[in-house]
Amino acid sequence: MSSLSLAARDSSTMLRRNLLHARRYPSLTLNLLLTPVMLLLLFVYVFGDVMSAGIGGGRADRSEYLAYLVPGILLLTVGGTTIGSAVSVASDMTEGIIARFRTMAIHRGSILVGHVVGSVLQCVASVALVGAVAVAIGFRATDATAVEWLLALGLLTLVSLALTWIAVGMGLASPNAEAASNNALPLMILPLLSSAFVPVDAMPGWFRPIAEHQPFTPAIETLRGLLLGTGIGSDGWAAVGWCLGLTVLGYLWSRSLFDRDPR
Amino acid sequence: MPESVMPMLDKRRGDPPPDAVCAVGLRKSYGDKTVLDGIDLRIPAGSVFALLGPNGAGKTTAVKILSTLIRADGGQARVAGHDLAGSPGLVRAAIGVTGQFSAVDGLITGEENMLLMADLHHLPRRTGRRVTAELLERFDLVDAARKPAQSYSGGMRRRLDIAMTLVGSPRIIFLDEPTTGLDPRSRHAMWQIIRELVTDGVTVFLTTQYLDEADELADRIAVLNDGRIAAEGTADELKRIVPGGHVRLRFTDPEAYRAAADALREAGLPGLTGAQGGASGDEAPALRIPSDGSQRELRSLLDWLDAAGIEADELTVHTPDLDDVFFALTGSDDPAPAGPADRSAGPPPGSRSPFRPQPDSPSRSQETAR
Repeated sequence: MSSLSLAARDSSTMLRRNLLHARRYPSLTLNLLLTPVMLLLLFVYVFGDVMSAGIGGGRADRSEYLAYLVPGILLLTVGGTTIGSAVSVASDMTEGIIARFRTMAIHRGSILVGHVVGSVLQCVASVALVGAVAVAIGFRATDATAVEWLLALGLLTLVSLALTWIAVGMGLASPNAEAASNNALPLMILPLLSSAFVPVDAMPGWFRPIAEHQPFTPAIETLRGLLLGTGIGSDGWAAVGWCLGLTVLGYLWSRSLFDRDPR
Repeated sequence: MPESVMPMLDKRRGDPPPDAVCAVGLRKSYGDKTVLDGIDLRIPAGSVFALLGPNGAGKTTAVKILSTLIRADGGQARVAGHDLAGSPGLVRAAIGVTGQFSAVDGLITGEENMLLMADLHHLPRRTGRRVTAELLERFDLVDAARKPAQSYSGGMRRRLDIAMTLVGSPRIIFLDEPTTGLDPRSRHAMWQIIRELVTDGVTVFLTTQYLDEADELADRIAVLNDGRIAAEGTADELKRIVPGGHVRLRFTDPEAYRAAADALREAGLPGLTGAQGGASGDEAPALRIPSDGSQRELRSLLDWLDAAGIEADELTVHTPDLDDVFFALTGSDDPAPAGPADRSAGPPPGSRSPFRPQPDSPSRSQETAR
């Protein structure tokens, strides 16, 4: 068997194992979905009038704010789901079965690839669930073309991939699940400091660079543009650049952590 | 399938049997703590080898290195004929490992664990199902097959662990403390499993802290202490190293003990010299009289005791066993855990072994700074 097909076969076996875990124990993933759904409902129904009045210049329009909010919430969902990946990688690494895998003649990277692909699939499923809640409370993106929908899905997948590799690195660098959950918290916090809830222009001047120069803002602006027809500008390339950069970084970091001798 | 198992031949008469494991000068340190300080091992294919040592001696580290889990700092090793450092992939294809901490996936069922192994060994689906069913049956796990492995008892987990190791039909199996923490029944079941592996021609590399286990199972035993091989040989060869055979007389009355000790010292009869007091204060005083335990020696001893008017409360015949070897070689009077802080401390209460060292046994100081 060629090494590539060996890698693919072992990776798909590992993916099946991870999906089995996710299906047997869905509570971790479902708990992580609570935060984006709560934030969505909170900001629309509780703060919605004030937020939309502030952004729209005095005119309160809750459904307009819903449209503004949903792309950010979807990316926050991705960030939150990858925290789960960091936790499950960290707790998996403490299991004896990983030591067994390391002494078997299998493709070494397949253990991580299985985690990553499983996590990306979970991200996409989570986004679909949160998106369904958004649609249920009135979110519409009827102007988007089929190509724009596909690009939006592609962007969400790409962000999931990038953040998952970073989360896997965080999980590998953590001694246990609790530490991983803390270490991966920035993945949930960063979207709060982005243009998810208010436009960057509306933020105080000193804070704008923080909101602008982080991966979530360009990704959110791009998703907004694709779904709602707002201007994308350079944000599209910035988002893709961030994703590719984080993917490569996260991959190299995770591989070097995994190739260390376990204690 | 390559025929890697040849009949064992005497080294002096013919070709030596192929080595399943051959290691020279393996070294490993963590920081400034030396765990393995240059160990040499040679294990003929098809035999059972036991690495025996107290906790912290480096047994698990040796298994981790030989099973490609971690890299050695120095030394060379060939496992199943392949160089450990140069072609770990080929080594991995030939070995199976059952670690000290059970290497099963607790979140999925026993059957799913087995099928996972079948997939990772690239067995065709049908073969994988057949092998899984056979091994679950063989290891008495059929009833539990559909339950999550984390709900298994210690013995069941260990059986599942070994069953998973066997899915790939490895020629060399590493078992790191396979019976630690098992109840006596599970322990004997595990011994039976290991014996069956050997009849299949598999080489077994086993670590244990139980001397009777090594005695029971292993063709050859190496005693590992403080990162070095203190002795190596068959159980009988090792037992010959130390003159451990003696008759032990216990007294509840200290007066009777003193009288007997004086009488023995005065008598100085051949074979009756070397009487010693009880080794520790927490038990009744006892005398040890060197003896091979033969009927003739026992009779003369009993006659002499009668003549001298010594009446012990308890008399036991102690034939040399691996305990004696172990304590003599490891220079430790305590086979229980000895962490960095308590290395110099005496035996904790409830020390597992009923045997105490003879006070004059070589007692190497534990000067190693940890």
